[in-house]
Amino acid sequence: MNAPDRQITQADSAREARGVGARLPFVDGVEKVTGTARYTADIPAGNALVGMLLRSPHAHAELLEVDISEALATPGVRAVITGDECDVTFGVIPIAQNEFPLARGKVRYRGDPIAAVAAEDEATARLAVSRIRLKVRELPAYYKAEDARHPDAVLLHENKKGNIEREVHHEFGDTAAGFAAADLVREETYACAEVHHAMMEPNAALASWDQERGHLTLWSVTQVPYYTHLILAQCLKMEAAHIRVIKPFIGGGFGHRTECLNFEVICALLARAARGTVRLLQTREETFLAHRGRPESHIRVRLGMTREGRLTACQAEVVQRGGAYGGYGLVTILYSGALLNGLYDIPAVKYDGYRVYTNTPACGAMRGHGTVNIRFAFESLMDGMAAELGLDPFAVRRRNLLQAPMETINGLKVMSYGLPGCLDWVEEASGWKERKGRLGRGKGLGMACSHFVSGSAKPVHWSGEPHAVIVLKLDFDAAVTILTGAADIGQGSSTIITQIVAEVLGIAYHRIRIVANDSAITPKDNGSYSSRVTFMVGNAAAQAAENLKALLVAAAARRLQVDESRVEWLGEAAGVAGDPDRQLAFPEVVEEALVGTGTLNVKGTFTCPPEFQGGKHRGGAVGSTMGFSYTAQAVEVTVDLDLGKVTVDKVWAAIDCGFAINPMSVEGQVQGAVWMGMGQALCEETVYENGRHMTPNLLDYRVPTILDSPDIRVHIVESIDPNGPFGAKEASEGPLSGFMSALAAAVEDATGHRFTALPISPDKVFDALHPRPGARKAAARPAAQPEGAA
Amino acid sequence: MKTILAIRVNGRWREDAVAENALLMDYLRDGLGLTGTKQGCDGGECGACTVLVDGEPRLACSTLAHSVAGRNVETIEGLARDGSLSPIQRAFHEHLGTQCGFCTPGMIMASEALLRRNPAPDREAIREALAGNLCRCTGYVKIIESVEAAAATMAAAPAAAMGADA
Repeated sequence: MNAPDRQITQADSAREARGVGARLPFVDGVEKVTGTARYTADIPAGNALVGMLLRSPHAHAELLEVDISEALATPGVRAVITGDECDVTFGVIPIAQNEFPLARGKVRYRGDPIAAVAAEDEATARLAVSRIRLKVRELPAYYKAEDARHPDAVLLHENKKGNIEREVHHEFGDTAAGFAAADLVREETYACAEVHHAMMEPNAALASWDQERGHLTLWSVTQVPYYTHLILAQCLKMEAAHIRVIKPFIGGGFGHRTECLNFEVICALLARAARGTVRLLQTREETFLAHRGRPESHIRVRLGMTREGRLTACQAEVVQRGGAYGGYGLVTILYSGALLNGLYDIPAVKYDGYRVYTNTPACGAMRGHGTVNIRFAFESLMDGMAAELGLDPFAVRRRNLLQAPMETINGLKVMSYGLPGCLDWVEEASGWKERKGRLGRGKGLGMACSHFVSGSAKPVHWSGEPHAVIVLKLDFDAAVTILTGAADIGQGSSTIITQIVAEVLGIAYHRIRIVANDSAITPKDNGSYSSRVTFMVGNAAAQAAENLKALLVAAAARRLQVDESRVEWLGEAAGVAGDPDRQLAFPEVVEEALVGTGTLNVKGTFTCPPEFQGGKHRGGAVGSTMGFSYTAQAVEVTVDLDLGKVTVDKVWAAIDCGFAINPMSVEGQVQGAVWMGMGQALCEETVYENGRHMTPNLLDYRVPTILDSPDIRVHIVESIDPNGPFGAKEASEGPLSGFMSALAAAVEDATGHRFTALPISPDKVFDALHPRPGARKAAARPAAQPEGAA
Repeated sequence: MKTILAIRVNGRWREDAVAENALLMDYLRDGLGLTGTKQGCDGGECGACTVLVDGEPRLACSTLAHSVAGRNVETIEGLARDGSLSPIQRAFHEHLGTQCGFCTPGMIMASEALLRRNPAPDREAIREALAGNLCRCTGYVKIIESVEAAAATMAAAPAAAMGADA
């Protein structure tokens, strides 16, 4: 499958590099390690005005007056705008757009943008913001889903009764019969704190308004330049043709940037109002307030199991505190139910989901979108029931494996399934059989499984266009330029696409350039989310390269005066089969290919066929994909029994990513995902007091440091998916969601307590290990006290 | 009020008019266009702005520019020699110690200070030296491997490994 050996760059010439399957350093890595990579805040714009926002000090209030007269009169101020500037709502889901860039009529969380200033310098902008006067009438505010759902609660959005954004009620199979057939039925509740992406680059945008032409250019930190482009056109009431969106280097996203965010629209509105260029840098605190992270969730799960460990039925209820606006919310609550399926064989599943509006920053898509907290609950309960039945955690999972290809009861297709191989490796590598339960008090091992989609098979916008488009440009210089709208946000998508093109064409890397994300140049792409890029854009890239290769083979045949079937494609050369003396160098082939036509622009596309787009029920498209990734992982911990601190000593994670186009990158993605799961499991939590964000910085919102971080061993299982590019599937989201329950199991192994609330922070562990009168109830139960069987 | 700041930046002696309350970060980024030094937080939380002052790691976001007058400041832009990556830069590139790249300049500068001081650090020494630098992409595994790889390269060819003014 690999192409002949070839050079990457001069500096790397000593290394063996190949196309797909190679441990290729990132194609944009040199810029990153030399400091020449330009992120949004780094783009030179000497004439840019400084943008700054006034944010709501109230969690819920009617806006009676926003007086900007004094701010406008401040010398050096070039524009001050309010909600009057834009009367169009926006949001990522076309049927759930209920957010204004700047609040109109009401503010719904502490931090909701109310007004924005463009001034000649930062001090002036700050002064002007301080001179904006507000008159409000405060409204009751709700910071917990249960308070917002109270029958007497004031509505955040008039059209959403009970402050419920979306209710989901699904049943597939006969759960009543399933529970009746079970030998053991157990039910447990779980609580997961809200967590935030905390990508390293704070939010930033730069907007330039061309008054002569009425054109706008926006540089921003987005994962979805195309969605941002559409929202700009909508909110500024402009033709999309008059807008250009450019994505520079991006310092991570993890889902924070998978929808257009208010500051991006505000920056554009400010630039137009000031008739110039505005740079709007967001502080870390403001970046926390933009939120879009994983919601606080309350989950109840009930499982039925036979004596042998076969699952007979699953019932789950999920309540998510969604925050003040819609965002991706309805998708998140649907995902939680849909992906109860697709990992194990469960004959019947009932799901009730409630997405609730509250006066906190809006939640959204975060790595493992919608599937993480429910997976923590499910795997935790499965472990507990297995223990009651005297079954090993690996054994109970092996009892419930799927057989691919198959279709789940809710209409999801599973085309490849490498979970058995993942289980085998993790069990062996972690020394599970010899070590589980035998590490002594204070030390423990736990394991869990998880999965995730390789892109949603049904796009957000059903425009009839392909899911992905790639353009290859080949010109007189015999260089191939890949044009893609796929947003490299640090995950390495540009590298993966380059490897695929290099593999198919067989040419040297130094001939290939990639240009990503400038709407004036690159083809539209839906963006980097739901792990869609490798699968969908990768397939489009392979097709584009095949199409280009066909033109080159035809040209070589003409120049060599042989039939195309006799052309032997050697990548950097084309030869005649059986005649080693007749060869053309690649530039000669290109010269011939351009005769009579000039520059070649060749396209490749990819579309997920309708049969993969999920069940016919309402919301059935969510969770649909052409390929699920599978992960098994084991976690080893040490618990300080005096202080309650949990330290992760080691993690073994095996991923079925179909095929590793770049094994080094797969390892990096899996390590990053597992580690991010560790943060959620142990220490990450947003805290609001009366709606005020109490942890909007990287000290109080505690992401693990290098001191807290274990060695993470990664093993790749290649199931070779029938539809993925070279068999590849996703590798960066699925591994996250197994971590929490694996950790909870390890802590149980170490202490005898199974924790059901995240994060499993030292205070919770301490309270569980040191029960005392009057102590607050810890979210743990002794593991060895089963209640009566149902 | 601006006064003249005399300072060495990446080996070049400079004299610039700089506001007395300007941060080293703003002087480097806005004054000199050295945007490799990143601001990732609201002050002292993340380590992305780590630069070297007389060889010691320092947070440019929490340092007044004038407070390092007359001293030797090194940023990520000053590490490459004759256009070639430094051993640490090359190791972060080839071992995927960088994903999104935003924490990378700070990570590399902190690693540079470590390896000048201790050319053969064990994993605990690496962890301790990078404890103030957050990364959200890698889980730190490949960062540690990158620093180890750089140390091995430098041990094999010490002459090529020396930083600017070490």
